[in-house]
Amino acid sequence: MASLLEVHDLTKSFGGFSALNHIDLVVHRGERLGLIGPNGSGKTTLINCITGVLRPDRGRIYFDGEEITSLASFRIARAGIARSFQIPRPFRSMTVLENLCIPLRFAAAVKMRSTELEAAAREILELIGLGDKATASPLDLTQIEMRKMELSRALASRPRLLILDEVMAGLASSELDEMLAIFHILSGQGITIIMIEHILRAVMNFSQRLVVLDAGRKIADGSPGDVIKNPQVEKAYLGE
Amino acid sequence: MKKAALLILAVTVISGGLLLTAYIENQYFYFSTYIVLQYIILATAWNILGGYTGYVNFGTGAYFGLGAYTAGYLITNFNLPLPWLIVAGGTSSAVLGLAIGYLTLRLKGVYFSIATLAMSIVIATLIINTPALGGAKGMYILRPKEVSFFSNYMELLFATMVIIAVFTVALAWFIENSWFGRGLAAIRDDEVAAACNGVPVLRLKVLSATTSGALMGIAGAPYPYYISYMEPLSTISLDMAVNSLAMPLIGGTGSWIGPVLGAILLSTTQQVATVTISSEYNLLIVGILLVGFVILAPNGLVGLFQSLLKRRTD
Repeated sequence: MASLLEVHDLTKSFGGFSALNHIDLVVHRGERLGLIGPNGSGKTTLINCITGVLRPDRGRIYFDGEEITSLASFRIARAGIARSFQIPRPFRSMTVLENLCIPLRFAAAVKMRSTELEAAAREILELIGLGDKATASPLDLTQIEMRKMELSRALASRPRLLILDEVMAGLASSELDEMLAIFHILSGQGITIIMIEHILRAVMNFSQRLVVLDAGRKIADGSPGDVIKNPQVEKAYLGE
Repeated sequence: MKKAALLILAVTVISGGLLLTAYIENQYFYFSTYIVLQYIILATAWNILGGYTGYVNFGTGAYFGLGAYTAGYLITNFNLPLPWLIVAGGTSSAVLGLAIGYLTLRLKGVYFSIATLAMSIVIATLIINTPALGGAKGMYILRPKEVSFFSNYMELLFATMVIIAVFTVALAWFIENSWFGRGLAAIRDDEVAAACNGVPVLRLKVLSATTSGALMGIAGAPYPYYISYMEPLSTISLDMAVNSLAMPLIGGTGSWIGPVLGAILLSTTQQVATVTISSEYNLLIVGILLVGFVILAPNGLVGLFQSLLKRRTD
């Protein structure tokens, strides 16, 4: 399989705290990758470096063969990397539909008329199951609907790589299955997905490969079955 | 449909303003309405960066003063005609706006606001120490003796301000309804989320700050002819910064009509108060109104109307 995303020797510290320590990571085209690790292990920092929100201290990041290490966030989004935020960050002054129109217009860079744009946004909302909330304000959404909106908005930029940062936290069991089904559909459409998740059932069901971070280091990388039996991983989660 | 109605409104306001000059003889009318028009421009310009983009600017006085002093310099040294003064005033303040736009790269929230306030003091100090601009002594400007089309120069200035005000408000309307404006709204709501959704954050912020600055400079360009005597401390005043911030807040920052309503309400009240009570009460009125609106109608007049309308339809 050809690689879509390559991270080489990525290092990032905040003052004296080193959040990422010489991380190497390869994500293949069309892959479903699970990224796990205890709280504070550097998962979100890694995502922030990949999406240009934070600038790494050293290391390089390549997407589809092009270096994206020092690119501005909006260029990375246009190149085809979309993310959801762990704590939802909606555009509060806009409706749900208008929230989706921003990435459709700015990241997917589709020169569509506004009616076509809205139709495309509605299509995504229907797929995610938010069709009846199109004209609602994000402030009136429940926590779960808000997460679905985050996911819809990430999809609206028509990404080739979708990074889901704990998009399923707080979901009931049936909703979890519903979301996983959606992710499998997206994966089937050829979108490469990195899933950060604490709900082990979801990650194990979804991932073809599992990467584990602990205290800013990568401690495991392999098939979910093997990784979960790895003694280092056990130690990271349960202590000695 | 709505576009056509607004276009008709713009044309009506301009031709109405021009017609007034044929009928109203009282020069005080023009003298005081000029200030109301000036504030419509300043409040609308402030709102492009402050309301649409979410960067609260305390430097209105600096942009306005730079525009006014550019014009003053060009009048005393080259005797340029009014249209050129407007172009030059707008350009110099646009450059200042561009610089402030890049400042948003590093400074956000209250830190940005403090920096704009400091900039205003720096500009005033520079002018005080520049003899070519009259320094602390100030600068006398003589109005041209001959006026074509109008019966005197004050009426010409009034008509100019009507046209600039309509142009400024039309530009604000256009921005609000364009993708540029929607990108600005995304930045105001959440800058990180906007960037991750493909919005070229820095470029739009710089463009917004430049537009806002240019319009404030344009508002300042006719001012030397209006006031005839300019000195730095009253031209680059904090009063102006506070006024042009309070007006959009009182009117409503979300829409083009908000700053216009706020400017008309506040500025007219101030003009009336100056004549009937005392000019010292101006800022007191602003303060009381601002506090009242923040408590009772946080979304300004526009928000108040909207919630009343909603209550009626519910």
